[in-house]
Amino acid sequence: MGQVSVLERIRRSEAASGMAMVSPTAFYAILLLAAPLATVLIYSVMTDASGKIEWVFTFSNYVEVWTSPIYQAIMLRSLTVSISVTLVTVVVAFPIAYFVSFHVAPARKSIWLFLITIPFWTSYLIRVFLWKVILGYNGVVSSGLEITGLTSEPMSFMTNATSAMIITLAHAYAPFAILPIFVSLEKIDRSLLEAGQDLGESRFVTFIRVTLPLSMAGVVAATLIVFIPTIGDYVTPDLIGSGKFPMIANAIEVQMLKLNQKALGSAIAVSAMLVVTVVSLAFLFANRRFLGGPK
Amino acid sequence: MKQGAGLRIYAIAYLVFLYAPIILLPMFAFNESKVIAFPLTGFTTSWFGVMWEDAQLFKSLQNSMIVSGSTAILATTFGIFAARASTRYRFPGKGSIIGLIMLPLVLPEMIVAMSLLVVLLTVGIPLSIFTVILGHVLICTPFAVAILSSAFQSLDKSLEEAAYDLGEGPVSTFRLIILPLVMPGVMSSFLICFTISLDEFIIAYFLGGTDTLLSAYIYGQFRFPARVPAMLALGSILVLLSITLLAIAEYFRRRGVAKTGGKNTGGFL
Amino acid sequence: MTTKPTMIEFRDVHKYYGDYHALRGITATIRAGEFFSLLGPSGCGKTTLLRTIAGFEGISSGVVLIDGKDMANVPANVRPTNMVFQSYAIFPHLTVEQNVGFGLRKDPRSTAEKSQAVTESLEMVGLKGFGARAAHALSGGQRQRVALARALILKPKVLLLDEPLSALDKKMREQMQVELIRLQRQVGITFILVTHDQEEALVMSDRIAVMFEGEIAQLADPETLYRRPASRKVADFIGTMNFLPAQILSEAAGKVEVDAKGFGRVTLDADQALGAPTGSGASIGFRPETLTLLFEGQTATDRETMATVEEVVYYGDMTYYDVKLDGTETPMRMSMRNVFGRPVLDIKTRTRVAWSPGALVLFR
Repeated sequence: MGQVSVLERIRRSEAASGMAMVSPTAFYAILLLAAPLATVLIYSVMTDASGKIEWVFTFSNYVEVWTSPIYQAIMLRSLTVSISVTLVTVVVAFPIAYFVSFHVAPARKSIWLFLITIPFWTSYLIRVFLWKVILGYNGVVSSGLEITGLTSEPMSFMTNATSAMIITLAHAYAPFAILPIFVSLEKIDRSLLEAGQDLGESRFVTFIRVTLPLSMAGVVAATLIVFIPTIGDYVTPDLIGSGKFPMIANAIEVQMLKLNQKALGSAIAVSAMLVVTVVSLAFLFANRRFLGGPK
Repeated sequence: MKQGAGLRIYAIAYLVFLYAPIILLPMFAFNESKVIAFPLTGFTTSWFGVMWEDAQLFKSLQNSMIVSGSTAILATTFGIFAARASTRYRFPGKGSIIGLIMLPLVLPEMIVAMSLLVVLLTVGIPLSIFTVILGHVLICTPFAVAILSSAFQSLDKSLEEAAYDLGEGPVSTFRLIILPLVMPGVMSSFLICFTISLDEFIIAYFLGGTDTLLSAYIYGQFRFPARVPAMLALGSILVLLSITLLAIAEYFRRRGVAKTGGKNTGGFL
Repeated sequence: MTTKPTMIEFRDVHKYYGDYHALRGITATIRAGEFFSLLGPSGCGKTTLLRTIAGFEGISSGVVLIDGKDMANVPANVRPTNMVFQSYAIFPHLTVEQNVGFGLRKDPRSTAEKSQAVTESLEMVGLKGFGARAAHALSGGQRQRVALARALILKPKVLLLDEPLSALDKKMREQMQVELIRLQRQVGITFILVTHDQEEALVMSDRIAVMFEGEIAQLADPETLYRRPASRKVADFIGTMNFLPAQILSEAAGKVEVDAKGFGRVTLDADQALGAPTGSGASIGFRPETLTLLFEGQTATDRETMATVEEVVYYGDMTYYDVKLDGTETPMRMSMRNVFGRPVLDIKTRTRVAWSPGALVLFR
């Protein structure tokens, strides 16, 4: 090998420089994320014994989680709520994203996006509570209807707690759904649509055959971005459901903290993650023809 | 545009739906009645006074400020390292490492909180604002990385080479050229992380121990119907603060775009 | 011509990107004070070679010498070279003045002296008075001048230019070509330009290295490259060239006798047959302007043959004809200046065509 300049050596150690540069953040993530998650995984196959962990390997926690009717109900409720929320949110979000992408002047687009995302940056806790106030017994909607004479006595719109939770969550996660769909709509080459029209297609047909398929990547992203956090939501079931309709997150809290059964709590957490992963992968697989390359 | 009309109405209705709950905040914060219902009984600022006099509130506010400020600084710093590494270098395992750093974005917060809690309790670290900061930095760093990656990405690579060509070294190049040009991203990241941390509830509640943070305090107060209007007053202020911080962040982002002559494509995300 | 001293020397330089062999044994010298171009299609390695001079790329083997010194282990920020980047790389957050003066940061001179140097540098590139302007508010052409001023103020021994004109529109490009030549003469240092535009290289350079696939195919002055290309590939890349099959009949004492289709038997000098044998059969090449249409009453100054007009393309100052020489199957491109009063021929016209053996090049 002949002479090699210093820069060549530096370039060869590009890998070293890169790893050095990322190391502080990486170590933090490994220490505070990877290690705890691994711990939870390990705990889930250990035994709870009067508030402490006994290092006895067992699958009994998982058996409990998957066979007990209580946990099955909780899991089912969580899935129902989050799938419904996802469906409602994404379907309702699409026209907005379409509107901003296709019917708003480019200079104005960022203002619309800004307006749409502002609510997201305010306290989630406060927003959930506001929904309780809106939908509750003699709350804003109830008293408003009374005043306008449409009803004669106070009522609660939260009797169906599941529906109330769905409304609350759909409201909270709306911006999450709009943005990815917007991004993928923006990427569509406008001349493709014009070409379609030029060849005699109606606007509706162009939408179905061109716009919709090309935006599916964004729709899929939006679906996952809404589905995953909502299934693990704590505040909404707690405030709106008043603790009577727990979802996965509430169940985890109960086991981990209130009943101090860390192994069981860990098993619930891992099972929940498993369910989420399986559902997400199934969804991705079903839509793979829209997604092109690897995620 | 005729076809846009129907969609426009839909869009405006949607915005109304989005903002409706938030509009209620000031509406009932200034309302005399203790009950949150129509009709409005009268205008008053007394709830703000009640809120203001609460000593516990101020303690939690102080805690929150410390936590959010520290989180913003730490998360942004971590973000600078990770974003720079990700946009400028190739190294083995890059995908997995960056994936791990960004993982909190797709994990339910409860799981992140509980996992961290389990480890802290096992190791025996007492819960306090310190542990909350640990958790908040974890969930804010992905946002910082995303914002800063975008900022670093838009840097022309030849700018760095030009600086070398003209005699500078890696450190002075970073100081004179790279940092000034990503500064808008740094400011954005700082403000976003601060806002996220301020509004965050789960980690603040479960990892705070005896130290109460603002969001946890509000949560506790919601149990008492009498305290609700004062909390709405507080909520109004917080919302106003969040919006202001966001507007400032957006301003910085636009200024950064203009300064480097880039294009305004609309937003952080 | 007196030979100027060597400024840059490459000795069997190889560069690999992993398995990809980007530079394959480059050996060449570039003289002090000359305007040198690296010319070739994209991917030929010309930018890579330029960057090895600057120090932004290392080499896998071989030697790169600048002014006699081996540049191994010499980092880019220390080398006596400065570069004008393809994107100009003007620092957007600084003013024009701050950009141009950037490299003077560690210079021991006083602020006043440095300021003076910046002013002079700006004047030299035609941007007098632009000092206080914000860099991001400049046009493409202005940015390029700032990049030049910024590089030249440091008085490098070599100025490297990476496709500096590719981002400009045609008029601006032609203007800057003249500017660059003037600047180089004024400053007197070696300029090394990378371009894929052969016209540009021909106009500006003292010498050109034509590169294909990591190798130098021919290194010569523009006229030699144009009139005596060393291979069909070079001939085809620089300007347009017609090719006709030929058979080598005999070779002796500096002369080669060939039988060329359409031209018949011709005797060529050895310097018209420089290229190495390619093994794919010999051919004769000639440029479009070396054929002339003969109108009534005109006689050829050298040799003459008959042809049929196949295609006519009128182009303002020139008319391009595709003519099929008698005895050939493929039409040849030729050009005629549009002189006032000269007719433009129709398709299918039979015409006499004048040609000269001295204008032919033999590719073995």
